[in-house]
Amino acid sequence: NITFLSIKVRVCLVTLKKKNHLCFDILLIFFSFKLTDILTAIALYLAVQDYNKVLFKKQKLLIELDKYAPDATELIQTPMEMYYIPLKVALFYLLNPYTVLSCVAKSTCAINNAIIAFFILATIKGSTFLSAIFLALATYQSLYPLTLFAPALLYLLQRQFISIKMKSKEFWLYTVQYAGLYLGSLIVIICLSFFLLNSWDFIPSVYGFILSVPDLTPNVGLFWYFFAEMFEHFSLFFVCVFQINVFFYTIPLALKLKEHPIFFMFVQLAIISIFKSYPTVGDIALYMAFLPLWSHLYQFLRNVFILSCVLIVCSLLFPVLWHLWIYAGSANSNFYYAITLTFNVGQIFLISDYFYAFLQREYYLTHGIHLIRKDRTDPVLVLK
Amino acid sequence: MWPPPSSSAPAGTRTCSAGAGFWRTRSWGQPYLQAPAGAELWVWFQDTVSDVDKAWNDLSNILSGIFCASLNFIDSTNTIIPTASFKPLGLVNVTDHRFLRYAILPREVVCTENLTPWKKLLPCSSKAGLAVLLKAERLFHSSYHSQAVHIRPICRDKSCLSLSWELRQILTVVFDSFASAQGKKDWSFLKIFSRTLTEACPLASQSKVYVDISSKTEEQELLDVSPAPLSVYEASVQGDRRTYAVYDLLNPALFNTSRNLNVLLKWKRPQDNLGLAVPVLHAQRYVSGYGLQTGEISTLVYNTHPYRAFPVLLLETVPWYLRLYIHTLTIITKGKENKPSYIHYQPAQDRKRPHLLEMLIQLPANSVTKINIQFERALLKWTEYTPDPNHGFYVSPSVLSALVPSTIAIKEEDEEIKPLFASLFPSFDGSSYFVRLYTEPLLVNLPTPDFSMPYNVICLTCTVVAVCYGSFYNLLTRTFHVEEPKRGGLAKRLANIIRKMRGVPPL
Repeated sequence: NITFLSIKVRVCLVTLKKKNHLCFDILLIFFSFKLTDILTAIALYLAVQDYNKVLFKKQKLLIELDKYAPDATELIQTPMEMYYIPLKVALFYLLNPYTVLSCVAKSTCAINNAIIAFFILATIKGSTFLSAIFLALATYQSLYPLTLFAPALLYLLQRQFISIKMKSKEFWLYTVQYAGLYLGSLIVIICLSFFLLNSWDFIPSVYGFILSVPDLTPNVGLFWYFFAEMFEHFSLFFVCVFQINVFFYTIPLALKLKEHPIFFMFVQLAIISIFKSYPTVGDIALYMAFLPLWSHLYQFLRNVFILSCVLIVCSLLFPVLWHLWIYAGSANSNFYYAITLTFNVGQIFLISDYFYAFLQREYYLTHGIHLIRKDRTDPVLVLK
Repeated sequence: MWPPPSSSAPAGTRTCSAGAGFWRTRSWGQPYLQAPAGAELWVWFQDTVSDVDKAWNDLSNILSGIFCASLNFIDSTNTIIPTASFKPLGLVNVTDHRFLRYAILPREVVCTENLTPWKKLLPCSSKAGLAVLLKAERLFHSSYHSQAVHIRPICRDKSCLSLSWELRQILTVVFDSFASAQGKKDWSFLKIFSRTLTEACPLASQSKVYVDISSKTEEQELLDVSPAPLSVYEASVQGDRRTYAVYDLLNPALFNTSRNLNVLLKWKRPQDNLGLAVPVLHAQRYVSGYGLQTGEISTLVYNTHPYRAFPVLLLETVPWYLRLYIHTLTIITKGKENKPSYIHYQPAQDRKRPHLLEMLIQLPANSVTKINIQFERALLKWTEYTPDPNHGFYVSPSVLSALVPSTIAIKEEDEEIKPLFASLFPSFDGSSYFVRLYTEPLLVNLPTPDFSMPYNVICLTCTVVAVCYGSFYNLLTRTFHVEEPKRGGLAKRLANIIRKMRGVPPL
């Protein structure tokens, strides 16, 4: 980042004599994007720090309540391990090449990421009001963060020690309160936009644009080539099928990860970045920043080496095949498409691998790491 | 045949033209009436029209039927509403540009099927009069061909108490006789049209042939026309003094000596390359950049007037699939930035409307103004490409409108003796004349998907989605269990039975 910055500054200083005004603008814009990224990193740092404290307390409580298997102590996270995690998360975000790329490209994804980071911070700090406002802002901006409502609500409930029961009055009261705050602030923001523009045209131009995918400019996602090659009369059906993917996993995930809302948030962010209609590498950088938080899952990951190779190789091949298609003309669109496909498969496997590892660790924590089989042979854990 | 303009059709003034080839302003001089390559239609609707877009759509469909042209392809993606470049012709007091619609179809080429209906609008069709010369096989064997129809309301008489509609048909053809006649520049009606004139149309009140015989150098006569013209007309047209030999077909004296009129023009001595004077205003346009991602449209506007600066209105229409970056717009004259005094920019909407950029630029005397704007190319749906996608997409020519100061004093002439075409170039306050120019249409390549594999793409992408669904479904619905030892397959069981019989411990 610093190298990029210094190159940019140097270039600007050279041109300073000629175009004083313009250069100032460029610097200003550049610094504002840089600043947004730094704010995101700080928010993530504070959020993870607080989350670690909560996690530690929860662990302690569960040990005291004897919920963990007696031989699972080696799986329990120690404060020593957890000490550097917040810093790692912040650095993982700032030094991630994807973040650097989206910053250099001056992508507004940085702003979206910052708002989501602030939302996570507010949620983890337990501020219902700020959490709802930031979630409304993120939704207003790109619609998909709507699905983060569920993990945020679960976390806030957990923090307020409200049990999640359908019959509990407190649960419904809090849910309605949070949803009301969220919807209220969303309506306020949308109405402000209306008063600013004096028309509702921005609704189809912003949300219609996200949902109906009219722009097929190649990106790292699955949508562009699929809809460029789609038969016209099936288009609507497949738009629905593809858009539903982001929203589709939320409720099952909420049921499965009821006790672990932050992991749920991470999985949901990854799903958004895979299945949103115009994904950018900045979205990937956001969920990848959370990877150090799950460093205790590392021993349970099955094919992390292959997957990281796939992701790195694909990231390197993106510009190569883009150049071959667009500039050299020696390849066609299928080459670039193949790479986006592989890249997304890599991301999907990475997330499901983390999910698998998380569930496996939870199992070992409650059932003990030394599983016993009836015939005293080596135990094999399978999903059934 | 033509819809009566005053009653059913709501159009105020309309102009429809179609051209093939490109008028090379620099070498051919100022065009009398340039039509852009492709088809152009612009209409001022009367202010009584409530739904202008519907009327525009109806009208373009009607005209498409009348002229056998593909004007029905005019829709919102190529229609614009210019704010300053076009003014109503004739006696109209509508000035609200909401009633104006303008469209160019740059891909449309004019051909015989457009000429026939055009000729049928003439009173004698192509049976008599000047129109007998218009034989399709000769007209389209030319370097440039354009035909246009203008309709406008005019005064019926001098008192101007009632309105008449004027239908004006214009045909412009450029024959390059130098290339087609082995280096000879001489021409005649017979050579060009393979026809001669025999009579005027009986319905015509005026039927005249004007031959430009003006020579640059006063002392030497370069040209020789035969038969000798009965009268010579001197006029200043487009800031230039011209001499015309006039042949009036209604004058019986013309057909006294021979029964037909075959105007023959001979150059007196072999010509060293004596080109026309470079016109005061001309322009050219091109696309630069490489690759299929971005590009730049550059327009060069020349003012060759030795000492007068004048403003020019530039109208650019760019289709939506070229995404213009308006912040990259630069206008440079003589190395300095030239700030336009008026800018109207309407950004495009995908699949709805094109970009519209209108600017009033001051051109200093004897200068070249370079206008650059960058764009990005969009990837379209595979069904939106033309049948021949790697040929490229056409960008309609930009329109330049200007009041060009004339280099000579224009003398006011009597309305009566003025030839008909002179009314096309009304001069303003005697020192300038109006010019409308069109630049070249551009051909831009867009990135293309692979048209041969929609099924493969659908299958592969759906597989990826299914992979995601499958792995999440597994993780969400199943729980972990310790695998219990299996009883073994059939082979194992058989082996154990045999082992039992042999008295060996089982596997």
